[in-house]
Amino acid sequence: MIIYLILLFFLLALMIAAAIYSVVQKDLLYAVIGTGVISLVLSVLFYLLQAPDVALTEAAIGVALTTIIFIITIRNTTRHEGESKNDKAK
Amino acid sequence: MKRILVIALLVVFGIYLAQALFMLEFGQQFFESGVKDLYLTASPLKLKVANTVTAIVVNFRGFDTLGEVTVLFLATTSMASILYKGRHKLGKRTVLFSASNIVTTGSKFLFPAIILLGAYVFIHGHLTPGGGFQGGTIVATGFLLMLLAYSDYKVSHIVLSVVESFAGITFATIGLFGLVYGGSFLENFLPTGILNNLVSGGVIPIIYIAVGLKVGAELTGLIYIALNEKD
Repeated sequence: MIIYLILLFFLLALMIAAAIYSVVQKDLLYAVIGTGVISLVLSVLFYLLQAPDVALTEAAIGVALTTIIFIITIRNTTRHEGESKNDKAK
Repeated sequence: MKRILVIALLVVFGIYLAQALFMLEFGQQFFESGVKDLYLTASPLKLKVANTVTAIVVNFRGFDTLGEVTVLFLATTSMASILYKGRHKLGKRTVLFSASNIVTTGSKFLFPAIILLGAYVFIHGHLTPGGGFQGGTIVATGFLLMLLAYSDYKVSHIVLSVVESFAGITFATIGLFGLVYGGSFLENFLPTGILNNLVSGGVIPIIYIAVGLKVGAELTGLIYIALNEKD
């Protein structure tokens, strides 16, 4: 039981760390990967808390699709924070 | 000053949230009685559906699912209308570097397996965890893998829109049939069969297959349009 709780709190700490990383990071590609890590750990947590339906949804939508849509958006705009599309063309 | 105020507010909020969380324990039952008992007893006994979540999503709360499907349809349609550039202007994708031989061959092997997993998840939605939304998303990720591995991989827009419309019409028609025969939207009107059989649960497998096809077609079309967008 205590090992289970330690595992849960470790996963929660990992989620918070990934969230802080994706907020602080200036490179938007790395920030998006950080949000993907949040979703991945969250789906493991859902599975451990006996909600396999939600875990499947989170794994498919949060990890794969949302990340990919953000990456496509970054590819069509700019990669670094505070940079406009005109700077990239120069 | 402003920053200190924000931090103080967050700390106070965090303390209250932590108090509320420490009052609960993981995996404990808090609601002694209520509507959950009805759901838990009625879904295996009356509807013959092993997965209670599916029974709630498709049968007891079926009208909400119609709203969810409509929201998804509207979101993908509006995003497609923003990104759409005309069928003939949908040019070749710009690729930074082409995928290597290992990636293309590996994704060719993985693609049928992913599609099969997605189909399994939405066909077995009433027996095992998962359902139409999850299975459809898994199918869409399979197409995404092929689109990423092959820069000239094409998805037919006509097939996608036909599948999507057909699935949506099936969902709404079954719901209306339930309204006519059973008295409420999405009410079961087919024989329920035996618990844990593949063909059981009345209309629930048909609805989940329709939802799965619809979600898969919508998300595949969305990714295809987004990837092909040219400036």
